[in-house]
Amino acid sequence: MDHLRMQGKLRKKILELHHMAHSGHIACSLSCIDIMISIVKFKEEADTFILSKGHAATALYTIMNETGGIPDAHMGSFYKNATTLPAHPAPMKYDAIPFATGSLGHGLPLAAGIAKAKKLKGDTGISFVLMSDGETNEGTTWEAGHFAIAHKLDNLIVFVDKNGLQGFGNTTEILGDTASKRVWENIGFDVIEVDGHSISAMLEAKEMMMANKNGKPKLILANTVKGKGIPYMENRMEWHYLPMSDMQYEEAVAKINSDYNL
Amino acid sequence: MRKHFSAYIEQLVEHEQDIVFVTGDLGYAALENLETKMGSRFINAGVAEQNMIGMSAGMASQGFRVMCYSIAPFIVYRCLEQIRNDMCFHNMPVYLVGNGGGYGYGIMGSSHHAIEDIGVLSGLPNMQCYVPAFIEDMKSCIDSMIAGRRPSYFRMGQGKNMPDYLHLTSYGAASAENNKAELTIIVQGPVANNLVAALKVHEQRAKVDIFVISRMPVIDLPGEVLESVGRTKKVLTIEEHISIGGLGSAVSLLLNEHSIPVNKFISLRAEGYPNGLYGSQAYHQEVSGLDEGNISRIINEYFQAS
Repeated sequence: MDHLRMQGKLRKKILELHHMAHSGHIACSLSCIDIMISIVKFKEEADTFILSKGHAATALYTIMNETGGIPDAHMGSFYKNATTLPAHPAPMKYDAIPFATGSLGHGLPLAAGIAKAKKLKGDTGISFVLMSDGETNEGTTWEAGHFAIAHKLDNLIVFVDKNGLQGFGNTTEILGDTASKRVWENIGFDVIEVDGHSISAMLEAKEMMMANKNGKPKLILANTVKGKGIPYMENRMEWHYLPMSDMQYEEAVAKINSDYNL
Repeated sequence: MRKHFSAYIEQLVEHEQDIVFVTGDLGYAALENLETKMGSRFINAGVAEQNMIGMSAGMASQGFRVMCYSIAPFIVYRCLEQIRNDMCFHNMPVYLVGNGGGYGYGIMGSSHHAIEDIGVLSGLPNMQCYVPAFIEDMKSCIDSMIAGRRPSYFRMGQGKNMPDYLHLTSYGAASAENNKAELTIIVQGPVANNLVAALKVHEQRAKVDIFVISRMPVIDLPGEVLESVGRTKKVLTIEEHISIGGLGSAVSLLLNEHSIPVNKFISLRAEGYPNGLYGSQAYHQEVSGLDEGNISRIINEYFQAS
């Protein structure tokens, strides 16, 4: 399947889950699903992946279902009682989801620890983590970032889903741009900025970063649009929270079918 | 206890190659031996406790057992969410080692005390807390923790040798079986040394059962404790920790659940800072009634009443 159709197919699955559950956190999953495809779909056996922005759980569940980490039979239980698929990932349910997240600022320290352990053991493989840009407000981001620099963790690749919106406003208007390329380069990361909806651009950036064994941890700033693919959701903060009506769902599916060649 | 601890760990890591030691930039004049011995397995994570715990959980997920060292308050309170979410939810073998629990850091002040740590941690899923009272007990706690491969907290304090009238048990230590005991004393942590001092008169010792409980939470009371309280119907609990979430509360609940009636129950515990003043560990123990003199007075009251 070509990239575009894969992007459309997984978007539709995300919409279906949220429609079935009548739940929010739609736009944040749509902003990062393409990043997750680039990481997870093309991951090697020795690589690990942590979704730090746990509120994009439907994107995680969808890509893990696509790659065999979550059985089809489980997907219908999303958001229901007695499920293994709550609104934020649950601990110790699937090998494909090594850490339950949901409180922001946990993924980078965990991924740094995994990268450090790989170095100590002499293991190959990359420790990937996906963060939101709002999440870089958290102090642990900077604690873990400096740890990764000091320990020369060039096997750590951080993706930041830079959609410019956080919980209650624009990131630049709240604490300033804590996901700024300049800041991260200055402290000692290798940074590449890419289109966070272009799988080929992200795969290329990833390959470049993986090949660059210079002792510096890596950050890929993926510029994204919150709610990508659904015009009425795009760049609108309220779609962090709102569920869709039946009509909105049908409109969204029709738009994806047409734009993603499905 | 810190020197004994690092010497014992130095022996252990010789054989246990999957143990990593992480410090939050502390350990001067105590951990240098481990730094030399462990090489790349000794990591100074800097003054960044939250990352230290999250990072350690990440390492543990890759097959390491990770010891995280700091002073007790710094490793418990700031990084509580990392302990709960990253360590405990995922049952990771990360061992928190907190030096100077209770009022251990004395005149350093309240920021350096940890008198609510067990209450805060012992209810977290999968968590096992260890509060050894004596050096012998410390070694048995470390052995259990290393073998356990689960989230743990090890509260270190003053390290003295165990008196010869106590013997080690699976839960800590106990005095010999004594059918003539009139009072059951249940104690936790190095404050047990004040009890030992208060009981220096042999006749008093002959009239009490002593149980040292070094593991928290107490899921159930050991059979010999239940039997002792059933006979004496008098209980004294002693701990350098606040009442909420501590030993005394647990003992009280469990005795009630076992329907064992008691005629008298006194809990000696850390009372916080009731006079708003600060001093040495001994000063704070005295303000809370945990000193040798007060423990002795309370025990005598029990005997006079019977």
